[in-house]
Amino acid sequence: MRSYLDFEKPVAELEAKIEELRTLNAQGDMPAIGEELSKLEAKAEKALSDLYAGLTPWQKTQVARHPQRPHFVDYVQGFISDFTPLAGDRKFGDDNAIIGGFGWFEDQPICVIGQEKGSDTESRIRHNFGLARPEGYRKAVRLMELADRFGMPVLSLVDTAGAFPGVDAEERGQAEAIARGTEACLALGVPNVAVILGEGGSGGAIAIAAANRVLMLENAIYTVASPEASASILWRDAGRAQDAATNMKITAQDLLKFGIIDAIIGEPLGGAHRDCAATIAAVKGAVSEALAALRDYTPDEARRARREKFLAMGRKL
Amino acid sequence: MNWISNVMPPRIRSFLRRDTPENLWIKCPDSGELVFHKDLEANLFVIPGSGYHMYIAPKARLDALFDGGVYELLPTPEVPLDPLKFRDVKRYTDRIKEYRQKTGAADTIKLATGKLQGFDVVAAVQDFGFLGGSLGMAAGEAIITGMQQALDRQVPFIIFTASGGARMQEGMFSLMQMPRTTLMVQALREAKIPYLVVLTHPTTGGVTASYAMLGDIHIAEPGAVIGFAGARVIEQTIHEHLPEGFQRAEYLQAHGMVDMVVRRHDLPSVLARLCALLTGAPRPSPVLALPAIA
Repeated sequence: MRSYLDFEKPVAELEAKIEELRTLNAQGDMPAIGEELSKLEAKAEKALSDLYAGLTPWQKTQVARHPQRPHFVDYVQGFISDFTPLAGDRKFGDDNAIIGGFGWFEDQPICVIGQEKGSDTESRIRHNFGLARPEGYRKAVRLMELADRFGMPVLSLVDTAGAFPGVDAEERGQAEAIARGTEACLALGVPNVAVILGEGGSGGAIAIAAANRVLMLENAIYTVASPEASASILWRDAGRAQDAATNMKITAQDLLKFGIIDAIIGEPLGGAHRDCAATIAAVKGAVSEALAALRDYTPDEARRARREKFLAMGRKL
Repeated sequence: MNWISNVMPPRIRSFLRRDTPENLWIKCPDSGELVFHKDLEANLFVIPGSGYHMYIAPKARLDALFDGGVYELLPTPEVPLDPLKFRDVKRYTDRIKEYRQKTGAADTIKLATGKLQGFDVVAAVQDFGFLGGSLGMAAGEAIITGMQQALDRQVPFIIFTASGGARMQEGMFSLMQMPRTTLMVQALREAKIPYLVVLTHPTTGGVTASYAMLGDIHIAEPGAVIGFAGARVIEQTIHEHLPEGFQRAEYLQAHGMVDMVVRRHDLPSVLARLCALLTGAPRPSPVLALPAIA
């Protein structure tokens, strides 16, 4: 059952009608219905493509958070073989909001780290909706250091509203854990690639996303604070989230223009959730290309290139 | 405003206001004690009775830090202003203008170099009074410059942090200051230049989650709020009251995030002592007595 976003209502109505006609058509072959059906299908596709050609930043935010959008585990299943998840920060515990491990990407071992939001109530709770605690970031640091030692590139799949705001997270040093995460990314002698899959939320994202190449899915958002949080800071009203989303330039298209990300990965018509397999294939292709371009870096070159890229950011606008 | 102000002619009202400036007496937010402004200033804006550490402006901070109040201000680089053409209830450019007028500073970071109990150091002070000390491109670039200066001069780098976090009005350019400043912290480490962080009230959000928590040594002023997420956000998330002293300097020390909590008056000598120990330089002249670290 497809779930529609509010702004997709016109498409939803057309598709409901199409569904009805299909059922009718299946009951008895009536040429008139067949003709009507193909007309409607063309109309629905046109409506969808028009709609998605002009998504506002707030609409993209909703698409980025769509419950049927593919998540970390789908990508790993899609293009990492022998994925071997590893647990624990060796200090306090394990955090399921961030999953990490090693596996094969095409012909090479790779370290994969990322947030998993979960896809039903049970798994959402287990993964804390992709909101990581310090242990998640410390596990990421541990895995990055291992990857560095064993010469594996690091792929970060980012999908989080942000780091978890809780008493326990604070008392175990959430800020320090995030800072060390960012630092570990920047210290890697192996190349790293980050993909913003859905939401790239604030410090919780950058802690694993300070990468040689940062890619973003077409309808993903990358924010300094979620539109709701920004709105409550700037307007003292979380209800102004739409304005925050619009004014804060959080879309892949804006961020590419600003030089904050390196490339955009196209999504299937109607968003990633309409065709998960195609989305996963597109991400795989883009990651493969990015890794190939970084393959010959020596450790010093990988670090220097990353350093130069981030230090140049915003200097020339 | 009380009933008198309603019946008084406006001219008398403004006369009265001029005669009794609001900031003549300062009330301690902790004990309620009233302190004469001049006395507070002379005591580095620490309430004498309660020991409460109030806001101190960057200039007063630097005056108190360097020997004899002598230091050289270092220029901070200009950065593109308002990359997002941002407006919330106000235009961002107007907001910046307002704070520049109010503080006389270009942005939130001031850089200075001079002698700290005989040691050459580069210091950065983040002003919470300038748009909440928020970390934007100007602050990021200034910190990078300050750290580069410390590298070039091969002297310790000291930063006094105070910030609500990222500067929302600069969007992702603001978030990118986290990795950018972190890169320079790494450069200091590689060069074995001491990097001392003094966390002052308040230090939160993206600032805590980058350079403020990456120091070689973390010192906090008493009572300073230091954390990642704001208390209000946490309360809304967990629907519980927060523990006593949550996110205060002493709480962070108890939880292993801060090496020591040091009174403002003792900061110069503690910082100088650390500079001596980390650089192996001869101890500063005995004329300057070092207080015991509790």
